[in-house]
Formats: sequence, C-alpha cells, structure tokens
Amino acid sequence: MPQFIGRRFLLLIPVLLGVILVTFMIVRLIPGDPCVAMLGERATPQRCEAFLERYGLNDNLFVQFGRYITNLAAGDFGDSIKFTRPVTDLLSERLPMTLELTMLAMLFSTVVGVGLGVISALKRNTIIDTITMIIANIGVSMPVFWLGLLLAYVFALLLKDTVFVLPPSARFTAGVALQNLDVYWGLTNLTGFKKFIVDLMSNTVLVNVLITGDWKIFGDSLKHLILPAVAVGTIPMSIIARMTRSSLLEVVGLDYIRTARAKGLAENKVISKHAFRNALIPIVTIIGIEAGSLLSGAVLTETVFNLPGMGTAMVGAILARDYPVIQGFTIVIALIFVLVNLMVDISYAYLDPRIRVD
Amino acid sequence: MNNSTTIAKIPTSTRRSPTREALRHLWKHSSGKAGIFILTFLILVAIFAPLIAPYDPTQLLKDQKRRDTPCIHLLGCPKEEQQHIFGIDGNSRDLFSRVIFGSRLSLQVGLATMTFAILIGTLIGAIAAYAGGVVDNILMRIMDVLMAFPSLLLAIAIVSVLGTGLINALLAIGIVSIPRFARLVRSTVLSVKELEYVQASRALGASPMHILFKRILPNAITPLIVQGTLGIATAILDAAALSFLGLGAEPPRPEWGLMLGEEKNSIFSAPHLVIFPGIAIMLTVLGFNLLGDGLRDSLDPRLTHGGKQ
Repeated sequence: MPQFIGRRFLLLIPVLLGVILVTFMIVRLIPGDPCVAMLGERATPQRCEAFLERYGLNDNLFVQFGRYITNLAAGDFGDSIKFTRPVTDLLSERLPMTLELTMLAMLFSTVVGVGLGVISALKRNTIIDTITMIIANIGVSMPVFWLGLLLAYVFALLLKDTVFVLPPSARFTAGVALQNLDVYWGLTNLTGFKKFIVDLMSNTVLVNVLITGDWKIFGDSLKHLILPAVAVGTIPMSIIARMTRSSLLEVVGLDYIRTARAKGLAENKVISKHAFRNALIPIVTIIGIEAGSLLSGAVLTETVFNLPGMGTAMVGAILARDYPVIQGFTIVIALIFVLVNLMVDISYAYLDPRIRVD
Repeated sequence: MNNSTTIAKIPTSTRRSPTREALRHLWKHSSGKAGIFILTFLILVAIFAPLIAPYDPTQLLKDQKRRDTPCIHLLGCPKEEQQHIFGIDGNSRDLFSRVIFGSRLSLQVGLATMTFAILIGTLIGAIAAYAGGVVDNILMRIMDVLMAFPSLLLAIAIVSVLGTGLINALLAIGIVSIPRFARLVRSTVLSVKELEYVQASRALGASPMHILFKRILPNAITPLIVQGTLGIATAILDAAALSFLGLGAEPPRPEWGLMLGEEKNSIFSAPHLVIFPGIAIMLTVLGFNLLGDGLRDSLDPRLTHGGKQ
C-alpha cells in the first residue's frame, strides 16, 4: 500500500508541472501588450518599463518560467495588481470560505445521493424509484446559480416567518466576525509561511471555533452555508444517486449475493456488508469526478450568495485583469482537485485490493 | 436501463439497418423519448421564434413599467393592458420574447462547442493512438493537464486570456471539452487498430488515412454521439454560467444565463425575471441529458452495465 501511494504521488509531478505551465502561459498568451492589458488606462511608457522590469517580463520565456517555479516553491505567488498585496494574503482570506462550502456541499451530496440511490435500488421499479430518479434527472439539469437564487427566494422570503428561515447572503450575520488567531495567541509580527498558516486557521470557521471555543459563530456560519451548500451539492447529489442505484443493482444480481442470501443472511446484512462494499468503487469514482463540479459550483454560488470566497475574488480579478490573482487561485484550485483525485485513487486501492497489485 | 432484456427479444429473422434499430430502441426508452419530445419542442421554438415572440428581444418598451409582473389575459389580467406573459425585464423589454429567442442561442452554443470539441478531440485522439510512442505520450499528457482543472474554472481562466465575450466563452468551453473526446477516440482506435480486418485492409495496400477514417474511426461514432449529446448539456450549462458571471454573452443579447445574471439582485422584488430564464435553461439541459441517456442505453448496451464512462 505505501508503495502504491508513493507511485501515485510520483505520477502527480508531471501533471502539476503542466498545471504550473498552463497558469504561467495565461499571462504570456494575452493578445497584445501585457502591460497595457494589466495596467489598462494607467499604462504610460515609463510605467510600462517599470512594470515589465518588476515582473521580469523582459527576460526570455525559459528564464521567466524558471523564476516562476522557484518563486512558487518558495510560496511566493506574486502580488495582486489591484490590491497591491501578496496573492497569498488574499488566498488565506478567501480559500477557507470556498473549502468550507465545498466540503459541506460534498457531505450533503454524498449522504443524500447515496441514500436516495440505495432507496431507489432497493425499491426498484416502484413509484419511489421513479420519483427519486425524476428528482435526480431534474437535479442534474439545474444551473447551480439558478437553484441558489430560488433557494434564497424560498427560504429567505417565502418562509420568512417560519422556523425554516435562512439567510440569503453573506458569510456571517452583520457584526459577527472571526477572531484573529494571531491576536488571540498574542503573536505579533508574523511573516511569511507562519503568517499564512495562522491566517488560514483564523479564517477557517471550524478550526477557529475549536481553538477559541466560540460556538455561536459556528452556528451562525453554518446557517449561512446551508443554502449555498444545497445549491452546490444538488448536481453531484443527483449524479451520485444515479450511480449508486445502477452500481448497487448490478452488484445485487451477482452470484455471491445469491450465495449470501442462500446461506440465510438477513437482507439488510446482505446489502450493507456484501453488496454495498463492492458497489462503492464506482460511487467513489463519481464522488472524485464531482469534486471538480463542486469546486466550480462553489465559485458560481459565491456570487449568488455574496460569499467572500475564491470565486468572487476570481471573477473580480478577471474583470480587473488582475493576472497574478487569477494565476495563483487557478493553481490552488487545480492542486485541490488533483489531490482529491489522488485520495479517490487511494481509496480505490483500499476498497479493492486487486488495484494495488496492478 | 433494461436493454439487455429488450435486445434479447429482437427477432433475428427481421433485419433492419443498425441506425433504424437504434432509433427503435431509443423510441422505446422512456427517458430517450422524453428527451426527443423536449428537444423537438425547443427546436421548433427556436426555428419559429420570430413568429412566436410578440416583440423584438432587444426592443425597449418605453410605455411599460420596468420589472413589471406578468400580465396574462387568460388569467384575468385586464384586457386594456398589454399582454406580457413572462413580465417585463429590468430594461423594459418583453421577457417572453427574450426567453423565446434565447433558445436559438443556447442550441447554437451547445452544437457549436461540441462540434469544435469533437473535431479537435477526434483528431488528437486518432493521431495519438495511431502514431503511438512519443507523440501519444505528449498529446495525452497535455490532455491530463487539461483534465487536472475543474472544467468550468479552466474555461474561466481561458476567458481571462482571450477576453470576455460570447465567442471567447464558447471557445473556452470547447477547449476544456476536448480531452474527453480525445481519450474516447484514442481508446477506440487502440482497441481496433490491430484487429484482423484492419490488417487485411493494410495488406491490401490502403493508405493510413483511408484505414484511419474508413476502417477505424467509424467504431468511435457511437460513443461520440452519446458523449457529444451529454456534452451539449454541460456546454449549455457552462455557457450560461460564464454569461451569468458577466464573462460570456454581452447585453443586450438574449442569453438565458446573462438574463439571470442581470436580474439576480431582483430575486426578491421580481422573482419572475429569474424563474423563467432558469426554467428555459433547465428544460434544454434536461432534454439533452435525457436524450444522451437514451442514446447510451439504446446504442451501446455494453455501457449500461459498465457504469464507468
């Protein structure tokens, strides 16, 4: 098993280099003068000269790429042109929000999706099966942002006077804010990687709350995250439900299940112990593939619910032509996606011992 | 879903062409049939849009209140008011006309991006598999890298290079869809290129191009049709998403995603402006998804039990 994991890690290297190359090329491929593209109306010959010098755009491409990789390895993603701050600062502010949303959406889509799929498979060709699969088909066809808007309309306006009311925007109720952990711990003048990690922890609600013990903020944040998470999770939920159904149905028809039944095992044991574990492999694959859809969905949903995550920052950066931010955020998102797929690969090997020797 | 049983029932004595056979299966497939109905309806709407829509989609109706609620005469709206069955949008245009004309754009978007992705993907996949060795390795590693990004985010990054706008958004969506088709075609070509009938063709002196296009690639058509149909659904969703973010179609174009993006802040005051374009997107995507599912089950029975595709 360790060997298998090691080999998968090695296979990541070329892909990651490719990802870095693609993001590197983003700036170099912009049609026209990169200086004019990035500085816009502020571009004067003197400013452009200084700009090209500062970003090293005068050197040849190989030198630039080498420097780009060295900087990335040192944790330097460059500075945002719009905010004149390091991209890593923005990252430590924005990444936690997006990760929280993605994780909650993944939890929702997996639990509900697998649940619906199992019910559908066990009640095959009944009205319950039909209804579940109609829901799944419609769910997979809904634009994430549209579902988000509808959920906001229903839960924030129509159900305003009931217990089901949920907030339609922002990460916290106005006035509520996370404590800065560096202040909490009495650390001053943090720099570099340490500052990045502490900021990252400060901005991650669960981590922050576990340290400071302020569970009210956790509840508040969760309330704000439910609608976006349901919106983001609905498409993956529908796909997981369909996959669970077909995968379970396929396994249930196999001989060893008949054997398990023939030896008198209780039906729920047959399903939970024998059928489900083998049905899990395609389900896990789909969950991995859907990680991309969850991340994309999170980006879209943030704009609907005004959440201060990576998505809103990316869109802002594109409209402001803030390329260092676009590059940095794209790399991080691709990295997360690649790592999730690595975890999926590893979990296959755990679920199906045959894969390890392959 | 249960095509294995339906296939077993086909009497072997009556011979039909494979295409007719597949269409017959598709027609029997409940979601396939539903998809055909939805898409036929949408195509008719798109073709006859100028006849159905009461107004020009970009025409400003100066005498109408902005974001006015729907007025339908049949449902009791006073006859002296002008009928606007989906209401008036934020720029005092007739929303119904805009949604109707939007169908043209969405269908074009889906077809154009997928045609582009299938053509380029097929070319890359076929070259990779046929050439093998270093060429194969390089091409497929490039595809791996493209697949290392969540597709919509890569599309967003590409739009940031090309600049915003509908054509650039379509190009971006087309590019991110290429790897899927390249891989599909590559695996098909690899699986058949050493088969005897191909070798026979080679022995008869056929040119590599002839072998590739006439002997090998026809094997890839079925999975390409299935993946292409499902891909259209994704492409329409992604294009709507880019326009929603303000990175795709530009005003005043009647694009459904753009309509949603323009009116997202009026969800509480004028929900109809959000509901109708959204239903239109959902219906179109649902149509392609259902047709794709139906095609997969009726064209390629092997896939229905494989799960992984």
